[in-house]
Amino acid sequence: MIGQSPLRTFIAHAVLILGILIVAFPIYYTFVASTHTLQTILRPPLPLLPGGQLWNNYSEALFGGIGRIGGVSVGQLLLNTTIMALGVAVGKICISILSAYAIVFFRFPLRMTFFWLIFITLMLPVEVRILPTYKVMVDLGMIDTYAGLIIPLIASATATLLFRQFFMTIPGELVEAARVDGAGPWRFFFDILLPLSRTNIAALFVILFIYGWTQYLWPLLVTNSNDMNTIVIALRKMVSFADADTEWHLVMVTAMLAIVPPILVVVLMQRWFVRGLVESEK
Amino acid sequence: MAPQLAITLVFFYWPAGQALYQSMLRQDPFGLRTRFVWFANFRKVLADPAYLNSIQVTVVFSLATAIVAMVVALLLAVMAEKAVRGKGLYRTLLIWPYAVAPAIAGMLWLFLFNPSIGSLAYLLRSLGIAWDPLLNGTHAMILLVSAAAWKQISYNFLFFVAGLQAVPKTLIEAAAMDGAGETKRFWTIVFPLLAPTTFFLLVVNTVYALFDTFGIVHAVTGGGPGKATETLVYKVYNDGFVNLILGDSAAQSVILMAIVIALTAIQFRYVERKVHYG
Amino acid sequence: MATVDLRDVKKVYPSGVEAVKGVSIAIPDKELCVLVGPSGCGKSTLLRMIAGLETISAGTVAIDGKVVNAIGPTERDIAMVFQNYALYPHMKVYDNMAYGLRNRGTPKDEIDSRVRSTAKVLELSALLDRRPRELSGGQRQRVAMGRAIVRNPKIFLFDEPLSNLDAKLRGQMRVEIKNLQRTLGVTSVYVTHDQLEAMTLADILVVMNAGLVEQTGAPLDVYEKPASTFVASFIGAPPMNLLALTGSSSGPMLADGTAIGFAAPETQAVTLGFRPEDADVTFNAEALPGALVLPATVEAVEPVGAESFLHCAAAGSRIIVRVSGRATAKPGDQLRVVAKAERLHWFDQAGKRVD
Ligand SMILES: Nc1ncnc2c1ncn2[C@@H]1O[C@H](COP(=O)(O)OP(=O)(O)O)[C@@H](O)[C@H]1O
Ligand SMILES: [Mg+2]
Repeated sequence: MIGQSPLRTFIAHAVLILGILIVAFPIYYTFVASTHTLQTILRPPLPLLPGGQLWNNYSEALFGGIGRIGGVSVGQLLLNTTIMALGVAVGKICISILSAYAIVFFRFPLRMTFFWLIFITLMLPVEVRILPTYKVMVDLGMIDTYAGLIIPLIASATATLLFRQFFMTIPGELVEAARVDGAGPWRFFFDILLPLSRTNIAALFVILFIYGWTQYLWPLLVTNSNDMNTIVIALRKMVSFADADTEWHLVMVTAMLAIVPPILVVVLMQRWFVRGLVESEK
Repeated sequence: MAPQLAITLVFFYWPAGQALYQSMLRQDPFGLRTRFVWFANFRKVLADPAYLNSIQVTVVFSLATAIVAMVVALLLAVMAEKAVRGKGLYRTLLIWPYAVAPAIAGMLWLFLFNPSIGSLAYLLRSLGIAWDPLLNGTHAMILLVSAAAWKQISYNFLFFVAGLQAVPKTLIEAAAMDGAGETKRFWTIVFPLLAPTTFFLLVVNTVYALFDTFGIVHAVTGGGPGKATETLVYKVYNDGFVNLILGDSAAQSVILMAIVIALTAIQFRYVERKVHYG
Repeated sequence: MATVDLRDVKKVYPSGVEAVKGVSIAIPDKELCVLVGPSGCGKSTLLRMIAGLETISAGTVAIDGKVVNAIGPTERDIAMVFQNYALYPHMKVYDNMAYGLRNRGTPKDEIDSRVRSTAKVLELSALLDRRPRELSGGQRQRVAMGRAIVRNPKIFLFDEPLSNLDAKLRGQMRVEIKNLQRTLGVTSVYVTHDQLEAMTLADILVVMNAGLVEQTGAPLDVYEKPASTFVASFIGAPPMNLLALTGSSSGPMLADGTAIGFAAPETQAVTLGFRPEDADVTFNAEALPGALVLPATVEAVEPVGAESFLHCAAAGSRIIVRVSGRATAKPGDQLRVVAKAERLHWFDQAGKRVD
């Protein structure tokens, strides 16, 4: 390790702290705003420190706010979003671990064809095919259903690729040892493969949970009724910068509620998340 | 396997085929008749000044976002490598924005910078800057880029940190013995070795700026003022779902697909090269 | 109780590589058969066909007289020790050993008693709660052995099980494996590319080359009477010295024209060989009838302690001579290499032994 001058270390810390200020400030300020009265917020500048309305605002948003977001409670919105995020994460993991298992460990006709069929989907995000996909949803009657929110987002290849890569690092000897030990395909999957994939699954779970939670365009399209909205969409509907009716203190509370769960997931599962992210995308 | 294939077919290949087919149809103004027009829609779209404007907007927006997000992240990553103590804490605090939905990121920034109640807008005005992102297209673009880049800093930061850690310490020590100062070491040794990471992030950030930022545009400016911030994806949505010009929208979708495929191809070339050089 | 019979076994991989080109071996009950040969000669492929991990392209594999070509590894009742041990990384030592028994529906308390008694034999009792990554290389090797033994299978299969250990540990484990195999009395097939390991372990030694068997026999028989130049140079270290012969009217000559002074047993012999320990050197010039005498120049001396190896240039080739104790010769010395005629080996055009 090459030594470095205290000054440079100091500069490093200073830059980092400045960076954190920039990065964290919008979130912090949202929190501050969520603890002030509407009047305070409407008269800028907003104080830098939290106000005394924390309890009032949060309880109003959570329990008294019926009717504010098209008659849907914040609880319902959070539930919708959680279902969507969990559905996307769990569904995608299940589906892709099975596909990767099939692709890596079994030889069957057209195997590589299937692989490429799936692989190509990796390239096209939902955003570029919204219209036709939307039509399919309408035809299948999946508008305003959880299935409609979740299933089309499951069909991408990222996770399959990640598992495939991981499975290919599993030594052939291990597979053979299991065969000699009398483990059939399913036993091998549950006794060996699944436990070995734990870290990968955890990492993917975080990444996909965030992915599901932060979706915007898709829920915007496939939900017409307000009580199927995700919290992100509902938040957008609450805000109107042009008209003064926006109840900013409640908007800010809702924003906090929309931000905090995924942040908690990321921060608490940081170790897996970082490893999974950096490894999977390489 | 089978379930993934089924989902892929129904929600991916079928729609993609539809898009291709749609992009060659044209409806009369009353939606009564549909004609097959081959590539007329593409010609029309590509000749449309609004579309050309949208391309320009997208290029400016994507490049600015990618560059800002990467420069800031690289700076922070380099500093985090130097700050031996507190690295973990800094990382924990810096990854927050990753978890924030782009649309919400946009709204937070708009909350800070909107002309009527934004505290930072207030600050700018009191500094004598006539700040109004709701009326001034450039200001609107700056706001969008800030929000979009802000959200992406975490991601880039994590990759740059990983990239920096992968630079062999012995190389840096060798350079130090060769008399290269710290700054020089960075630009002549570390930065070139980071090139693969940088390139990878450039592609990822561009894709992000092209597609994932729909929420930001939709929530913050709605493409306005005028069409100053109407990106390609936003225009697909707007033409298809708001203005209901299906043929044009489908043609735009197909063009977008082509762009993504090109970007992905570039990325895979890179991945392949990486495999070769270990 | 198990015998293994391979009859004209062949393996062609889907890629077209013909890895095993027709091999027949009969292994009697309780014997340890070692397959030895250079890397890529098809040893592992053959072993894996016995295990049922690889399909058999032609020929038959029979266990206890019953052809098992179409039977999977589980039903063949074999256990295998892999080169990289293939321990399940997420399972404790105990579970690694118990896994195969569990899959076969063995009752819990029987599993427990078998795992514990096997662990005792292999001195693993204190390690049962560890995971593979918390073990040293030697300990992992023992666990891999334990996993095979605990199942009490008909046949043990080993694929280079010691090649990841350091030399000293390898020596110890070699002895231990031999003892275990003998006490347990389980028919075994052992693959290695290390001729020393092969010599010391084998009841039956099978030397393979390029997908074919070069020679089968007891280790010392193979050593004493190598069936081909390949075996002669593969078994024994340093390898046998081989010198090319040219025929002439006055009897065989070495390539550089030196007459060898006596008749070859067969006229078609084109190669002559002798082992380094069957030769000696002398500085004297007396006549030595009935021996092969080669004028030589010492090029290098390798003292190993109890013995020394002299690398010499003679008759246009490099030859190695083993002398016991310290060598008096120095590089550059001119001397004569003497090999007893009855210790010479002769090979024909095809490299086959002629007597
Ligand atoms: N799965 C396979 N597919 C194609 N060729 C193989 C496969 N496994 C081994 N081979 C080839 O078969 C030959 C014998 O391999 P192997 O039995 O592993 O040799 P050994 O164990 O003696 O070193 C080699 O040429 C090797 O490249
Ligand atoms: Mg082998």
